[in-house]
Amino acid sequence: MRAVGTRPAAEQPTAAPATARRPRRSLARALPVTPGVVLLLLFLAGPIGYCVYLAFTDLQLTGQAESSFIGLDNFAEAFGDKDFLNAVWLTLVFTVVSSLIGQNTLGLTLAALMQRASKPVRTLTGGIVVVAWVLPEVVAGFLLYAFFRREGTLNAVLDWLHLPAQNWLYILPILAVSFANVWRGTAFSMLVYSAALNEIPKEITEAAQVDGASGRRRMWHITLPMIRRSIGTNLMLNTLQTLSVFGLIWVMTRGGPGNRSQTLPLYMYEQAFQNSMIGYATAVALLLLLVGSLFSLVYMRLLRTEV
Amino acid sequence: MARSVKLTPAARRATRRLAADAALLVVAAAFVLPLAWVVLSSLDARADLKVKIPEEFTFGNFDAVLVPDVTFTPLLNSLILCGGATLLTIVCAALAAYPLSRYRSRTGSAFLATILFATCLPITAIMVPVYALFVQVELIDTMHGTILFFAASQLPFAVWLMKNFMDGVPKELEEAAWTDGASPMQSLLRVVLPLMGPGIAVVTVYSFVMMWGNFFVPFMLLLDPAQMPASVSINDFFGNRGTVVYGQLAAFSLIYSTPVLLLYILIARRLGGGFALGGAVKG
Repeated sequence: MRAVGTRPAAEQPTAAPATARRPRRSLARALPVTPGVVLLLLFLAGPIGYCVYLAFTDLQLTGQAESSFIGLDNFAEAFGDKDFLNAVWLTLVFTVVSSLIGQNTLGLTLAALMQRASKPVRTLTGGIVVVAWVLPEVVAGFLLYAFFRREGTLNAVLDWLHLPAQNWLYILPILAVSFANVWRGTAFSMLVYSAALNEIPKEITEAAQVDGASGRRRMWHITLPMIRRSIGTNLMLNTLQTLSVFGLIWVMTRGGPGNRSQTLPLYMYEQAFQNSMIGYATAVALLLLLVGSLFSLVYMRLLRTEV
Repeated sequence: MARSVKLTPAARRATRRLAADAALLVVAAAFVLPLAWVVLSSLDARADLKVKIPEEFTFGNFDAVLVPDVTFTPLLNSLILCGGATLLTIVCAALAAYPLSRYRSRTGSAFLATILFATCLPITAIMVPVYALFVQVELIDTMHGTILFFAASQLPFAVWLMKNFMDGVPKELEEAAWTDGASPMQSLLRVVLPLMGPGIAVVTVYSFVMMWGNFFVPFMLLLDPAQMPASVSINDFFGNRGTVVYGQLAAFSLIYSTPVLLLYILIARRLGGGFALGGAVKG
């Protein structure tokens, strides 16, 4: 996609004597790819294939010698299960609140503010937000657990402002974990948008400014259309990352209280290991994988229009 | 609003900068609170869940966790897992990226598209089938099994990044080596890879950091507590040891996080600013 200068050798029309050598040569060229391909086939494609197979069986964790093919029963069971539908709903809330609204909007706002802010403030804020992103997932989980607990920092701050304290992890667990994901993931959006905003030529915004366009109109009519590809890419990657969050929620709430913060990955885990239903959990996993694949395809489409 | 018309452009810019600074500082304050908790609590003899200046400063929390069982063994396990898997990822990615970057073919672009597709797949989703598969082939609870899976899960993105960095190395430099009779493998090792040092550093650090922080994969694939990496063993501070000693949890969190923070600073510096990863991910 970048090295267009040199004409690809493999596509050059080859003279008659060379045709016999061609397959062997391209085979030799493909040789270095082998270790990677073997690894991917055995440990990535293999499990995905196994996932598709298992989803149609009733394999259990213990006490069962043979599993049998049961067709679409797992899927039928899932869509009739209140807990599954609850998990789908919570996953949707978690994704919309923390990825679409939270990380994306806050990341863009921070990037836009940084364009105007003074350098020390920009460096300080950028640094703090990035540290939150670089920290291991489980550590982030503990920090936000401490933050949202009844005896935690958030209530101390609210108390100081003379506002009523709440048991956040009990009354609004899904919002607490969503905010935790915003805290942890905003840096990525901020970096993507900062890079995109830096690429907008100064002349364009200045011309609009001279023409008398207000800040908000410039944002809406000039900046946003110019970075729309970054927005698309960022939304895809954020959503994919958010769909597969497990550790953060596990550490903060274990999916509880009850199942009020149990998103699909946690539901899948509980079905597999607390309820020993490997086949059923795999069917749920397959659904998650299909949603992920769909987003992947859209993302690839976006990249293609970009290059 | 009428007043603002009288402001000179310079004064207006200054006001806008001040407003932006104030807004950013508010966000920074909100983001820094959880970070302040972990730092202050680690030095506090009587830490709880609130951010507060310790009444009694101590290094006792660090002393208490810096023992083999709590810190050194899990960190060593993390290092073996992530180091081994990163090494495997980088070797496979560099080898695979070379033909993809140097020759164009239909198979090559199809392979690259598959790689890009795999980059985005939610690995979390396949962990239950991976567990079932690992039980069948007796790789469950083994370090090498986990290393192989880690490497495979990180490989698509590593290949993609590596190929993009390799595209930046001009082909002419290699052609000189070819005329001198170097094989493609020699020109990869002697010419291309040395020229893309920063690129390799980024891919290495990125892969390592992702694995170092990963909780779900070792949580599922390892069973023996003696083999657990720090990302899983940190949960022992809850449950296994009775009441939670928050100061020690904070101290351990800091120790466990330090390597990835340092590594990030290392590559952010080398590539001039933190935009490298964001830009690289953009493709």
